[in-house]
Amino acid sequence: MHPAYTVIFFTTASGAGYGLLFWLSLAHILGAGPDRWVSLAALILGTALVSAGLVSSTYHLGRPERAWRAFSQWRSSWLSREGVAAVATYLPMMGLGLIWLFGLPEDLVTILSALTAVGTVGTVYCTGMIYGSLPTIRHWYRTDVPVIYLVLAAGTGGLLFQSLVDDYNLLVAIALVAGLALKMWYWMDVDRDPGKYTAEMAFGMPQLGAPTPLDPPHTQPNFVMREMGYVVGRKHAQRLRTFVMVLLFAASVLSVLGLPWVAVPLAGCAVWMERWLFFAEAEHVSMLYYGAQRA
Amino acid sequence: MTTLPKTTAKKLGLVIDLDICVGCQACATSCKEWNTGGYSAPLSDHDPYGADPSGAWLNRIHSFEFPGDADQPEVAGGKTVHFPRSCLHCEEPACVTVCPTGASYKREEDGIVLVNPDTCIGCKLCSWACPYGAREYDYDHGVMKKCTLCVDRIYNEHIPEEDRIPACVRACPTGARAFGDLGDPDSDVSRDVAERGGFDLLAEMGYKPTNKYLPPRERVDPTPQPLPEAVPLAKHGSRMEALFAWVDKTLS
Repeated sequence: MHPAYTVIFFTTASGAGYGLLFWLSLAHILGAGPDRWVSLAALILGTALVSAGLVSSTYHLGRPERAWRAFSQWRSSWLSREGVAAVATYLPMMGLGLIWLFGLPEDLVTILSALTAVGTVGTVYCTGMIYGSLPTIRHWYRTDVPVIYLVLAAGTGGLLFQSLVDDYNLLVAIALVAGLALKMWYWMDVDRDPGKYTAEMAFGMPQLGAPTPLDPPHTQPNFVMREMGYVVGRKHAQRLRTFVMVLLFAASVLSVLGLPWVAVPLAGCAVWMERWLFFAEAEHVSMLYYGAQRA
Repeated sequence: MTTLPKTTAKKLGLVIDLDICVGCQACATSCKEWNTGGYSAPLSDHDPYGADPSGAWLNRIHSFEFPGDADQPEVAGGKTVHFPRSCLHCEEPACVTVCPTGASYKREEDGIVLVNPDTCIGCKLCSWACPYGAREYDYDHGVMKKCTLCVDRIYNEHIPEEDRIPACVRACPTGARAFGDLGDPDSDVSRDVAERGGFDLLAEMGYKPTNKYLPPRERVDPTPQPLPEAVPLAKHGSRMEALFAWVDKTLS
């Protein structure tokens, strides 16, 4: 699959933003939240990351001015659900912002924090399910795909929260190591799965055997080949996977050592590369019509 | 709405006969010609006469070599198959349910899957969901394009009745493409499918395509076999012919 940088930036930035907001909310629910100004700073940083990501994602659209229409089909579409969840999560976030900015009574902080926590988890889960619900792409159609999105959001957002409050070293490191372990399992598992759909199935004539292309339908690549048949980066995949693993591990060590602000750029790079690979390595069933034997 | 209709009154679709398709591209060019001037127009091209031409087309014609199976006489030796590929107007199209805006929809009255070009945001998620590669993004228009089953021809009372079929079917010089209601077991297309063993592409994915493909017919044994009446008779011809035969034999 073609890795669109707007979408990679969106999921990396908004993942970290929602992760930060999640940790902030959790701390307040448990009654251990930071003081008013630190909370406000965390809220502003989280909101900025989330908003930058959401704005970036609209540049991926052919018709960004119609993006508001995407809130309508939440009954069937995970992309629509993501939009609805993202907008809904802004409401408790705004409530918390008003309380901390104007020093209002803090009676509602716990409930607003709970709503924010649920909203952040829901939104990131929807993001993961946009990919996790597509049977056409075996690298994505997996139950661990939304889990990895959630855990990496908790890891990167956790580093930001840790930088602001200088606490939770071990918990954040655990989230980063969990993300590393899940990703290692993911790569091991997708590598040993050859794909359950074959060229014979694509043409519906197994008695004739597996076809080889004779004449192409077009002389140059079309949209389907460019979007679904992206193979350019696969030769660097192994090296990039190693970078992701090393960077995530280094980030978790730095987190334990109480140096989260050093770990933030490392974890950011790791998740950026992980997202790039998530697209670049994904194989689409439609490529069976363009010479692939399995997908 | 991107939620699917429970049933559709008709299941309009195409039946493509892989036995007689010659891969001439007439259906693809006719499709492009009609649809670039009709519904959701135009289908934009980039560098169409240059070194790197590309564009949005709704119908793509591949050609493949199939090896066959040496152990099965009827498919031994393999085949060349020309393979037109377009939207199959699935009964359960994932491209429709993933659409966040409701621009993609399946019509209750005839089962045609369409994109509303006025509400599509060009997120391309439908192209990710389609296993058949049937949807193409129009880089100029910023929206998705797909086969409409020539919805602007088949009900069009302003064109002659014989033209009220999809442009690809109208153009096919060998009659390899047929259009009809696959929900009606007595329609010509349904009968063809039943008679010839019509099949689905990627049936394993469960999207229940409406369009069907007919397999190449079984090969006739290509070894020449003399007909019984052509076997030379032991005695034949007139006495004169027998005499010439004797002379020929003696002299040679």
